[in-house]
Amino acid sequence: MDFDDTPEEAAFRAEVRNWLQRHAMPKHGKDDKFGEGLEQAAYLTAARAWQAKKAAAGYAAIATPPEMGGMGGTPAMQIIYNQEEAKFLMPDRVFEVSLGTALPTVAMWGTADQKERYLESAFKGDHIWCQLFSEPAAGSDLGNARTRAVREGNGWRVSGQKVWTSGAHFSDYGILLARTDWDQPKSKGLTMFILDMALPGVDVRPIRQASDEAHFNEVFLNEVYLADDARLGPEGQGWKVMISTLMLERFSLGDHFAGDLYAQITELARHVEWDGKPAIEASRVRDGIVDTYLAQFGVELIVKRGMSAISRGESPGPEMAAVKLVGARAFQTAGALAVELAGGEGLLAHDDLGAEWRLPQRLWMSGPGARIAGGTDEIQKNTIAERVLGLPGEIRTDRDVPFRDLEG
Amino acid sequence: MNFDFSEDQRRLQEEVRRVLTAHSTSAHVRSVLDGEALFCTDTWRELAGIGALGIAVDEVHGGAGLGLLDLCLVAEEAGRALAAVPLLPSIYLAGEVLKRAGSDDQKANWLPQLASGDAIIAAVLDERRHGVLRDPPLAVTAGKLCGVINAVPDGMAAGALLTLVAGQIVLVDLAGPGVERRAQKSLDPTRPLARLAFADAPLEVVGGAHGAKVAAQVVNGAAVLLAFEQLGGADRALHAARDYVMERRTFGRLVGSFQAVKHKLADLYAQIEIARAHAYYGAWAVATDAPELPRAAAAARVAATTAYNMTAEESLHLHGGIGYTWEMDCHLHLRRARWLGQIIGTEHLWRERLADALIGKAA
Repeated sequence: MDFDDTPEEAAFRAEVRNWLQRHAMPKHGKDDKFGEGLEQAAYLTAARAWQAKKAAAGYAAIATPPEMGGMGGTPAMQIIYNQEEAKFLMPDRVFEVSLGTALPTVAMWGTADQKERYLESAFKGDHIWCQLFSEPAAGSDLGNARTRAVREGNGWRVSGQKVWTSGAHFSDYGILLARTDWDQPKSKGLTMFILDMALPGVDVRPIRQASDEAHFNEVFLNEVYLADDARLGPEGQGWKVMISTLMLERFSLGDHFAGDLYAQITELARHVEWDGKPAIEASRVRDGIVDTYLAQFGVELIVKRGMSAISRGESPGPEMAAVKLVGARAFQTAGALAVELAGGEGLLAHDDLGAEWRLPQRLWMSGPGARIAGGTDEIQKNTIAERVLGLPGEIRTDRDVPFRDLEG
Repeated sequence: MNFDFSEDQRRLQEEVRRVLTAHSTSAHVRSVLDGEALFCTDTWRELAGIGALGIAVDEVHGGAGLGLLDLCLVAEEAGRALAAVPLLPSIYLAGEVLKRAGSDDQKANWLPQLASGDAIIAAVLDERRHGVLRDPPLAVTAGKLCGVINAVPDGMAAGALLTLVAGQIVLVDLAGPGVERRAQKSLDPTRPLARLAFADAPLEVVGGAHGAKVAAQVVNGAAVLLAFEQLGGADRALHAARDYVMERRTFGRLVGSFQAVKHKLADLYAQIEIARAHAYYGAWAVATDAPELPRAAAAARVAATTAYNMTAEESLHLHGGIGYTWEMDCHLHLRRARWLGQIIGTEHLWRERLADALIGKAA
């Protein structure tokens, strides 16, 4: 048992670190972010330029086979690259969906033409992709998608509404789940498409989140015409294509739920007074720090087990299912404790309270979102109960009914 | 990165599980519950037979010469099987103290007997900071031991006591002069307790002036080993509940199909996996003598204590009325979870230690 890289991994890490040191600026603190205050257009230009630089060095798609424009490395190498890149200042998250799920799905299901047309240009940063799955009536229940694609000539006419689409406002393409057969039960009548976001009839509107940020969008599709070569995978197989996309997430370890939030709360609590004494001495604060550590470092250790499995060439074990459930809840609880530390003044936004309160305040307000996004707590628990513990699935009344006969 | 047990270690774990499945059945455990024995001699003999008791003892002293990582997996299986044997005092505490701090003679005298299971040493090395009974505490006067200690695990079965008195670790022959002992009723009768009273009992010192330091290290190691027992127990109690709700029907459905039941079990699973992660980290820290040991051991102990207590409580609950009967093993888990979580310092004490390790001493 150890936490060391294998010799090959260590060599790759050193190579990556060396390359990053020559091409990027290191971060100075956790809250250090690239391009603070930069306009979106300038930010995206920087992101595309960085992606192009990575592609030139061979790091754009590390675990993708060479015949699809990747490096042909292992998933462990991709994770090592990500770990090292996270220590440097650079535009982040712009290509997360592109590289993490959308393009691998195209690589898995696309025709030779589609692969040639889309993969390499996206790896080079020319195109950004998004994932158009969720709808107003299809969140946890993605099989309830109502976006309609109807055959027309040698193509399809698509209408409907997507929601919670990360990055749609700056994406060039998206993979789109739509219903092509209303006489089939819900998950059987779906087909996946590639959507050019610049087509007439595509209308993207940012959603202002509870946190007052806008990472997500609504995407309205109004009589958008797609040629049949935009279909990704066979007609009626959209559910299967989508599941393979979601399965890719088993290699994204959820390590953003790990961290040393307990250390940050400790630091804040040393400088706040409760009843004339440092808040750090109060049993409530000490207990809160202990609970934060147990949850977040526990998650970090589970992620390390997952990483170890990947390093051995295996898939991470079922314990990964606990990561998001525990990690997202810990965000919310720890964020609330941090905000509570400063008492009445703690209700002031960080603009007035001080820059060191920015991160905890952001975590406090992102906790509720983290517990919903990518599968709610309840869906996570069903998944653990059914897939890990083998308990019965939920009683369903919609499984064998033609979609058009379902209510709501 | 290789943060997991090796294939060899997993094979060893399977072997221990196989032996305990046959030799630490409910009937074996209940022979101690019903007071027929001080511990289960069959379980103990079988564990000794496959070398599990001496797994972390050097070969020159009759052990297998493996390490504490391997002993952690033995502990997990012992916890899973509710094994009614003196692993904590004799192996996790006394054996480790003697390995670290015993003189050559003490090692040669005791370690082979501990590894073979022929000798049992009772051991109390934690500071007892909570108290109700007002007996005179242990003290060394003119080189002899005086005073009383209550709630000593396996105090009736042991031939000697190893304990910490005023910063010194002392070893006392319980068959020698000046020793009186009697059995005390334990909330987990499968892990019996005793009251030991000393009046000028002869003693020998182990480890000289470094006693307190050695004891603290060994107690941290024991916290990790007990965490593995707790994990094994929690996992067993979780699966007992899972199996039961997959069998029992109510309102025309399997009990396990109700979402309230599914979500409860999912929460327990998540809690156990978090505890497992901390226990593995504790195992790594104890096996490598890492500076992180105090933090890692405290986290392992707190997380595992919470996980086993909660799982034992909810597992009994999910069995419904039948779970609240003497015949079912649910109460054995409830009792064992409480016993393991309190025997080397309560959850509160270990939470304080964890807070100290994370943020510095409380004022």
